[in-house]
Amino acid sequence: MINTEIAIVGGGPAGLAAAIEAASAGAQVTVIDENSRPGGQLFKQIHKFFGSKAHLAGVRGFEIGNRMLRQIQDLRVNVCLDSVVYALADGNTLAVVKQGQTVEVRAEKMIVATGASENVINFPGWTLPGVIGAGAAQTMINVHRVLPGKRVLMIGSGNVGLIVSYQLMQAGADVVALVEALPKINGYGVHAAKIRRAGVPILVSHTVREVQGKENVAGAVVVRLDERFRHVPGSEQFFAVDTVCMAVGLSPLSELCRLLGCQFTYLPEMGGFVPLHDANMETSVPGLYVAGDLTGVEEASTAMEEGRLAGVSAAVALGYLDSAQAEVRKEEIRIRLENLRSGPFGEGRNTAKQVIIQRYQGICSQAGKEA
Amino acid sequence: MDANGVVINGYPSFEELRNSPGYPSEERLCKGAVAVIECVQEIPCDPCAWVCPKQAIKVGGDITNLPRLVEDDCIGCGICIAACPGQAIFMVDVNYSPTEALISFPYEYVPFPQEGDTVNAVDRAGCPVAKGRVVKVRTAAVNDRTAVISLAVPKEFAHTVRSMQRQGG
Amino acid sequence: MRVEDHAILGKMPEPQWVEFEFDGQTLQAIEGEPIAAALLAHGINIFRKTPKTGQPRGIFCAIGRCNDCVMTVNGVPNVRTCVEPVKAGMKVQSQIGNGQFPELAHPGEEAAKQDNQGGCRG
Repeated sequence: MINTEIAIVGGGPAGLAAAIEAASAGAQVTVIDENSRPGGQLFKQIHKFFGSKAHLAGVRGFEIGNRMLRQIQDLRVNVCLDSVVYALADGNTLAVVKQGQTVEVRAEKMIVATGASENVINFPGWTLPGVIGAGAAQTMINVHRVLPGKRVLMIGSGNVGLIVSYQLMQAGADVVALVEALPKINGYGVHAAKIRRAGVPILVSHTVREVQGKENVAGAVVVRLDERFRHVPGSEQFFAVDTVCMAVGLSPLSELCRLLGCQFTYLPEMGGFVPLHDANMETSVPGLYVAGDLTGVEEASTAMEEGRLAGVSAAVALGYLDSAQAEVRKEEIRIRLENLRSGPFGEGRNTAKQVIIQRYQGICSQAGKEA
Repeated sequence: MDANGVVINGYPSFEELRNSPGYPSEERLCKGAVAVIECVQEIPCDPCAWVCPKQAIKVGGDITNLPRLVEDDCIGCGICIAACPGQAIFMVDVNYSPTEALISFPYEYVPFPQEGDTVNAVDRAGCPVAKGRVVKVRTAAVNDRTAVISLAVPKEFAHTVRSMQRQGG
Repeated sequence: MRVEDHAILGKMPEPQWVEFEFDGQTLQAIEGEPIAAALLAHGINIFRKTPKTGQPRGIFCAIGRCNDCVMTVNGVPNVRTCVEPVKAGMKVQSQIGNGQFPELAHPGEEAAKQDNQGGCRG
């Protein structure tokens, strides 16, 4: 039995930021992660981050990750790797399995930051070896330094599709084309411009009709879509590729929160079902906080800020910060979050986040609880 | 170059560039090397504003504002090229020589070219439009692994060349 | 194919090479890298055949979540090769269908051993 003051499930950017914040305030923190290395998706981000100085703009994702790991060490945060949280043993005890052994972790407060996983789209040939998630390509090239293939077709023009296409070329692969079903590019124009300069055609209103190959991918047939997303006959183009990457969105990894009894709401713009939380990142389960992509798919920068908010809130609840100090800290964090969620690319997410808080307040009044 | 614009083509049209506060005037371009900012969408980002030693780039408190080039204050030092996380800033010296313009751009693919190499200079769509002579390859530590390559190209390509074709691989 | 040089990641550090077996072939790997990465480095991306229709499968998510990449490792089936690290002398086999667990001489003992061989990750 491990006793800890704050158990944080998920050691990605949100979880690490929460740990640093709470431990800095004096709390005893344990981070639990199922991987053999912490950092979540952060260490795969080899590009320079956006934002302002306060957001560490201009710093590469993995460098931000390294800085956080140094802080985690300095603050003596307990980090349990290769550890999977699989159940709630009782009210405040998590059941964890590590290398075949079960361990229980009793915590006064919990922060769940389990992130999100990649979506798929289906077409004939989608199961052939060589069809992989864009995140999978990113893991292979940036973490393991192995190319999954040499000639790639990318599906999806959000920031993930655009950035991973660029990173595939940095690793030495050729991206023969990027297809996007919508009639416009979803991600940042500057990310698209980088890959256009590198000679990658971006085909909007196009999708993959099928992937061909006997035992693995030999090529892909791409087709144009009309204004109602129907295939336009005669518009097919064949691309000889050995890899097809799907960058078609992410969905929050919400199973643990469900297991722990949180109330959810459905917001497609946030990736699907997300746990309800208040302005302090506390869920409908008292003492249980959430942060990061689990609460709505955004980016590493917002995940870190939400993690900080959850960390501060948990530390206050344990008495490590007085409310006045905490309010100052939280206000700084909220301003940085607002900045990240501003402009045409951020407004939708900003609104969705407000809806989550409103719906949380809604269920509280229903339950007669104080919001 | 298409009139369609950045959300369709993935690179800004000439119209979008002319209408953005980051693109210098013809007059300024003729006076010597100057920053050319091709950032036409409102995204939360402002490193260009705080790295410029002359404060010649303005974004303001709302970091989604498009960066504005104060062209007369720009000395063409090129620090902003590697600092832009979106790789959207270039430097153009239209009067580099009687026949050539010098285009400087960010580059993060290995192998880097060598100074003196002749390479295929490409436009915003990645099409090779001219031969370019590599004049300089800057890899200062402060650029954090973003090389800044300066390419001499025939003058008429000053507004179109923005990179070079990748080599090897 | 390995990424030997990279503008951001730099040159590949001097690796600790180990040898492992894949379907009878001896292959080189970097000690501790996921089995899937070692196989992909050799251009091998077909890892198993599905139980009912014998369709080929390889990696999909590369993060230990989807279970598409499973192979039989040291006789134990359903090992997620995208997260299982390579060790010297490891025997990796293409998995046909659901695979077969080694004969259980003492059911209790064998089951506990298999759990410790990566049960929580496989």
